[in-house]
Amino acid sequence: MAQANRPLSPHLQVYRWAAPMAVSIIHRATGSALAFGAILLTWWLVALATGHDYFSIVQDYAGSWMGRLVLFGITFSLMQHLASGIRHLFMDMGRLYDLKINALTAKSTFVFSIVATLGIWYAAYKVMGVL
Amino acid sequence: MAEFTLPKNSVVGKGKTVKADGATNTKPFHVYRWNPDDGENPKMDTFEVDMDTCGPMVLDALIKIKNEMDSSVTFRRSCREGVCGSCAMNINGKNGLACTTAIEDTKGDVAITPLPHQEIIKDLVPDLSNFYAQYASIKPWMQTQSPTPEKERLQSHEDREKLDGLYECILCACCSTSCPSYWWNDDKYLGPAVLLQSYRWLIDSRDDATGERLDDLEDPFRLYRCHTIMNCANACPKGLNPAKAIAEIKQMMVERQG
Repeated sequence: MAQANRPLSPHLQVYRWAAPMAVSIIHRATGSALAFGAILLTWWLVALATGHDYFSIVQDYAGSWMGRLVLFGITFSLMQHLASGIRHLFMDMGRLYDLKINALTAKSTFVFSIVATLGIWYAAYKVMGVL
Repeated sequence: MAEFTLPKNSVVGKGKTVKADGATNTKPFHVYRWNPDDGENPKMDTFEVDMDTCGPMVLDALIKIKNEMDSSVTFRRSCREGVCGSCAMNINGKNGLACTTAIEDTKGDVAITPLPHQEIIKDLVPDLSNFYAQYASIKPWMQTQSPTPEKERLQSHEDREKLDGLYECILCACCSTSCPSYWWNDDKYLGPAVLLQSYRWLIDSRDDATGERLDDLEDPFRLYRCHTIMNCANACPKGLNPAKAIAEIKQMMVERQG
């Protein structure tokens, strides 16, 4: 029998999101963001080694609202990637496979990363004396 | 490379609505339809099912639709009690068996699509040839070296208990087709159901092919595309945990390296 032009059934379009699924894709996204962040960090270090004039230009970039937004994003990425990375470590050891515990730890990574990110920025502004 | 959107011929359109004559207590069931003979794209048809005369399960509603509203609605079903795995489909965004999913547990409208990311033969019937071929590839039977005993091959209670949570698998493909890793790499990655079955033989004390079985899985794709997304365990209608079985296989891989 001739094969008709068979369609592919819906997948991402219909599948209901759950916390563990979200943590998984966000782990990947934050990992990519951190790779980009590592390039920025390298740029900052190179600027530091280059000399005072160039470093102050880079510092101005970093201190602009755009720069701060990127740094905030990188802070969040680092905290989220750290938390879900630790969760991955336990799962590699064969732990956290109970469905309820697994979902709870997935949600906890978000709680941790949001609290930690806000905490770091609060502390940083406090040290700078802005707050 | 993963394709996150549906190909042009697979984009789902809006279909017809069929009302239940004279019924007062109705519930809308949106059902994925695709006819291989009319050359059109898939559609979601809506059937307003009379709940006063419908059985309790989603499969009952589908059978009622087929009997009373549109006899061309096509789906697989057999045992209607969660043993055969035929009526696996995506119900309101989650894979499960239509026969063990209670209509009562669904809120509002019910959307039914085939198992995700599969080639569709008709309506809710996916082509599972690849899935079955992958199952065959792990040699799902006992392989022994020792001479055949006069009676059965004995197993201690403890060794038998290791098969609990594995032997119950009915190969309905709910888990494999819930897995994004399997969606993007189903030509190379074996997927949760087949890996759980593989572990069922790896851990069987009577099987002597453990080394060969692990050799076959030592591959960047076949086993290691599992990224513990956990959709498989969350979807399994039998309450099994393929993700855990895969983690155990990964541990066996590390352990044998010494």
